[in-house]
Amino acid sequence: MTCGEAISAYLFRAIGVGERLLPSNDIGICEQVILIGSGVMWNIYFALFAVIFGFFAATALALGKFDGGKYTQKFCAFFIYFFRGTPLFIQFFFAYELFVLLPRLSIDIPLGFTTITAETRWFTRAWLGAAIVLFLNTAAYSAEIFYGALRAIPRGEVEAGAALGLSRWQRFRLIIWPTMLRLAWPSYTNEAIFLFHATTLVYFSSFPAWQQKGDALYYANYFAEKTFNPFVAYPIVAAYFIAVTLCLIFLFGRVNKRLTRHIF
Amino acid sequence: MFEYCTDPKSLETFQWFSCYLTTPKHMSMYYSLFTVVALILLTAPFGLMFGFMGAFASRSKNMIVRILGKGYTSIVRGVPDIVFFLFVPIALDQAIEFIRHKTLCWDVTEPIWRGNDFVVCRAAKMPLSDAAVWTHDVYGFLLAVVAFAFVFGAFCSNVLAGALKSVPRGQIEAGRSMGLGERQIRRLIEVPQMWIYALPGLSNLWQLLIKSTPLLFLLGVEDLVYWARELGGSKTSAYAYSHADWRLAYFTVLLLFYLLVTSISQRGFERMRKRLARGQNFSGAS
Repeated sequence: MTCGEAISAYLFRAIGVGERLLPSNDIGICEQVILIGSGVMWNIYFALFAVIFGFFAATALALGKFDGGKYTQKFCAFFIYFFRGTPLFIQFFFAYELFVLLPRLSIDIPLGFTTITAETRWFTRAWLGAAIVLFLNTAAYSAEIFYGALRAIPRGEVEAGAALGLSRWQRFRLIIWPTMLRLAWPSYTNEAIFLFHATTLVYFSSFPAWQQKGDALYYANYFAEKTFNPFVAYPIVAAYFIAVTLCLIFLFGRVNKRLTRHIF
Repeated sequence: MFEYCTDPKSLETFQWFSCYLTTPKHMSMYYSLFTVVALILLTAPFGLMFGFMGAFASRSKNMIVRILGKGYTSIVRGVPDIVFFLFVPIALDQAIEFIRHKTLCWDVTEPIWRGNDFVVCRAAKMPLSDAAVWTHDVYGFLLAVVAFAFVFGAFCSNVLAGALKSVPRGQIEAGRSMGLGERQIRRLIEVPQMWIYALPGLSNLWQLLIKSTPLLFLLGVEDLVYWARELGGSKTSAYAYSHADWRLAYFTVLLLFYLLVTSISQRGFERMRKRLARGQNFSGAS
């Protein structure tokens, strides 16, 4: 297979477009680079889903633990404690077994131009089920980071806001939230990188790779087992992950610059 | 286990569970706990050793050593740890068999990698194919320990390098003015003084290590996750103890178990922090 053929056959194999059969003999370097690269899409998808939704959930959880009512505080603290204290790997197994037990239901969601039928069975698929686990997990870890930042906000700043007559919401939006983000950002960057790396666990826990649509590590493992040569496939995954991690660091660095623009 | 266990189908709930939870297979599950503990206890010192080597290498005056040290930490930290857990054992295994093949069967001329196969001569197999089963288990486990130590060594090296940097300059200068050499300063001042700075990072790593022990399952070691899946699956009436799919219950127990271990060790680290901070000028010293 030439490189051109490999591109047309496997560039979008991870989402089910292209050749159905994975390469099985005469595996060249091109097939490996392209197929593993197509798997990276899943890692990025999982990370984006979890980080974007997790960010808001984490802010809510951190505020709840810091400044909520008695029961809100207890709930938020326990949620964070539970997800931080247990291995993500087992959380995946647990969630999968839980989702399998869900009753088989389907709900029609009209979208105007078309109707989609949402099924509870989707929870057992990685794209939804595993994404939810990752979301809950990163929400807990980020919430602890944000909580630490909330405790470090200088009291004087908030009191100054109150003295100026700012409402509770205004104080949050103008003082507490930006300061919290600024203080938390370096650790939050680390957490985002960790989460991105943790997406490789999805297809190695109990979520099945349906029709061999898997992530980067799933394909790398496939190649390593097929060719009995770990020295090609795994370094390719490593290179992809280092590249995306560098992009992440760059993006978060830009945000950090914006958050601290009044300081430097 | 108990005398009344001969006919499980006739038992009451309490007796049934007391028999069910003490079957030989369940005993193997409890024994697999020792595997997890052994992994942690072996990985921690080796990881710390790798960490020290990495930390001192990345501060070395020799440029090549420095690049090696920094490359080790940043590459391992930039790549998901599970990649290394999959890669290191198989790579190490092939490297060992390759060397043994070259030394023991130097007369074989065929290449080792043939298409999709990795072939070494009989004598080079590791462990030998006629070796006892337990040697295979131990060998696989040791490869896993090396993989864990390799990964955690890199994280550790980062923590230790930061801690070494945090030792107040005045202390090192005091050592120098007393005529201590570089090595003496390292041994008598830097290393003993850095622990308090390294402790928060090391305690994080310890928690991380505990929480990554279930990944042993991926390396084919029969650990807690393996047994939870094995025993929890639904058992038909062909089995002595038939039950529905109990995997959810088994994984709940595992989650609680890990929750317990992480909270206990967190308390231990808090104590250690107070102890190390004694006599130092820190806010949390009391």
